[in-house]
Amino acid sequence: MAAIAAPGVDYVSQAVGKARRQRGMTILIVVVMFAISAFFLLPFAWMLTASVRTEGSLLADPATLWPTVFTLDNYAEIWRRIPFGRQLVNTVFFAGAVTVISVTLNSMAGYALARFDFPGKNVAFLVLILTLMVPIEVTFVPLYNIISNFGWIDTYQGLIVPRMASAFGIFLMRQFFIALPKDLEDAARIDGASEIRIFLRIMWPLAKPAVLTLGMFSLLRNWNDLLWPLMVITQQDMLTLPPGLAMFKGDNLTEFGLLMAGSVVALIPMVVAFLFVQRSFIEGVATTGMK
Amino acid sequence: MRILPAANSSRPSRGLSGSKAWRVTSKTRQAFTAWMFIAPAGVIIAIFVFWTLFESLKTSFTDDSGFGSANWVGLANYVALLSDPRFLNALANTLVYAAVVVPVSIIVALGLAVLLNRPNLPFRGFFRVAVFLPFVTSLGISSMAWWAMLNPHAGIIPAWFEVFGLSLGNGIQDPALAMLFVMIVGVWRDVGFFMVMYLGGLQSIPKELRESAQIDGASPWKSFWNITWPLLANTTMFVGIMALVFAFQAFDQIYIMTGGGPFFRTETLVLYIFSTAVERYQLGYASAISWVLVLLVFVVSLFQVGYFSKRTVQY
Repeated sequence: MAAIAAPGVDYVSQAVGKARRQRGMTILIVVVMFAISAFFLLPFAWMLTASVRTEGSLLADPATLWPTVFTLDNYAEIWRRIPFGRQLVNTVFFAGAVTVISVTLNSMAGYALARFDFPGKNVAFLVLILTLMVPIEVTFVPLYNIISNFGWIDTYQGLIVPRMASAFGIFLMRQFFIALPKDLEDAARIDGASEIRIFLRIMWPLAKPAVLTLGMFSLLRNWNDLLWPLMVITQQDMLTLPPGLAMFKGDNLTEFGLLMAGSVVALIPMVVAFLFVQRSFIEGVATTGMK
Repeated sequence: MRILPAANSSRPSRGLSGSKAWRVTSKTRQAFTAWMFIAPAGVIIAIFVFWTLFESLKTSFTDDSGFGSANWVGLANYVALLSDPRFLNALANTLVYAAVVVPVSIIVALGLAVLLNRPNLPFRGFFRVAVFLPFVTSLGISSMAWWAMLNPHAGIIPAWFEVFGLSLGNGIQDPALAMLFVMIVGVWRDVGFFMVMYLGGLQSIPKELRESAQIDGASPWKSFWNITWPLLANTTMFVGIMALVFAFQAFDQIYIMTGGGPFFRTETLVLYIFSTAVERYQLGYASAISWVLVLLVFVVSLFQVGYFSKRTVQY
C-alpha cells in the first residue's frame, strides 16, 4: 500500500523480478515432477526391458534399463508355457461382461434411488451406505460356499454373477442422477412417456460422463483383480491373467523375462483404454471426491 | 389447471389435466416402477452381499471346516484369537501398515496435487498420467515387476544401491526391509487416485479466497495452512477413509512380493484370512478374523468421520 504513495519505486524491475522468480519456480517444479514421474514409471520401464532380455543378460548386468541384448523370444514363449491365449480371452470376457451388465443394473438402481419417491427409499439408501463400509473380504468364506453349492466353481457364471451389481456403482450413479434438474422428466411424464422410455431416452444419455467413469472403474477392477478369480477358479484354463501369471511366477521363481513379457501383454489393454478416456475419467474421479 | 378426482380419471387425458391426475393415480405405480428398477441389482446384492454377511457372522460362531457338519461353538473362535500369536502378529502388521501408508499417502497426494494445480505448468498432463498410471494397472502384475526389481540378484534397485556402495541386504527377502517395500508399493499404487481427488478439491476452492490472501501479503505457506488445508477438509475426509479401507484390505502386493513372509513379517489380516480359509479350510476361524477386521474398519472410520464432521466446509 505504501508503494502507491512513493513515486521512487521501480515497478518495472519489481515485476520483472517477480516474473523471473515465478519462472525459476516453474522450472524447479518441472524438474522435481520429472524425477517423481520417473519413480512412478520405473516398474513399467523395467518390465519392458526385462521382457526383451535373456535370463543371462539380466543376471549379468542387473543395473541397466537399456537392454544390451534384444530378443522377442519371451513374447513367443509365454503362449506356450501357460494357456496365455485362453487366459487372455477369459479376462476379456469376464471384465467385459461384468462391466456391461453392472453398469446397466447399477445405473437403473441408482436412478430409482435418485429420482423416484417410494416407500422404503430411505431405508434402501441407508443400507446401501452401510454396505459401502464393509470390507469385502468378510464375505469370502460364505461366498465361496454359495458358489460351490451352485456348482459354479471354475465357471464363467461363478466369476461374473456375484459382480453384476455393486453398492459403490449404485452410489456413484445415484449421486450423479440426483444432481440433474427435476423438470426434465416431469415434462416427459406429462407428455405420457413411460418410465422406461424416460430413463433410456432422456436420463441415460445425460448420464454419459458418470456411465463412462463407472464403466472404466468396473473394467479396471475386474481386469486387474487377483483375489476373486483365485477363489472361484482352480483350473489354469479358466483363470484370468493376473492370477494366471501369479501362478506362473510361483512355479518358476527365476524366469523374469517370460513373466515380464506376459505382464506387458496383460497390462497393455488397460493402459490403452485409460489413455483413450483419461481426461474424462480423471475428471470423473475428481468429482466423486467432492461429494 | 383443472383438478380431476383420481377415481374418475382412469384414463387421464394428456396435457392440461395430466399433472395432478398423474400424481394421484400413479403413486403405487411409481413405487412399483422404482422397485422394478432396483430389483435386478437388489437381488444380486441381497444374495451375494447381505446373505453372505449374515452367513459369515453365523459361521464365525461355528467350527466349520469345510467338511461334514459344523458345530456351534459360541465365542470360542473369538476367544482363541486372543491367544493366537499369528493373529496378534497379523493384527499388529495391519495396524503398522495402515499407520504408515495412510498418512504418507495423504501427504504425498496433497503435495503432488498442489504442485500440479498450477494452470500453466508445462507437461502437466504427462505428470498427471504418470502418477495415475499405477492405479489403472493390475497391482498383482505390477507387484511382480517390483518383486523382480527388488530381487537381490537380478533386481535393478539393489544394483543401483550397490553403485553408491550401499547394500539393500537380501532385497525383498530381507526381514528388516520387506515391510517397508510393500508399504512403498502400496503408496505408489494408490497415491495417484488420491491426488486426482485433491485436484478436484483444489479446483472447488473459490479463487478469490487465495487471491485476497495474496494481496494481503500472506506467504504461500501461510495461505496454504490457513486457507487451502481447512477448505480441503471434505476431500481429506473422503481420501482418508478410502486410504484406510485400502490399507486394511492390502493383499495383492503382499501376496505377490512376500507371501506374508519372511517369517510372517508382512502377514496382514487379509493374508491370514486367506491362508486360514483357502489353505487350511478353517472357515469358522477365518470368519471370526474377518469380523475383527470389519470392526476395526468401522471403529477407525467412525473416529475419522467424527474428527472431520466438526470441520466440514460448505460454500
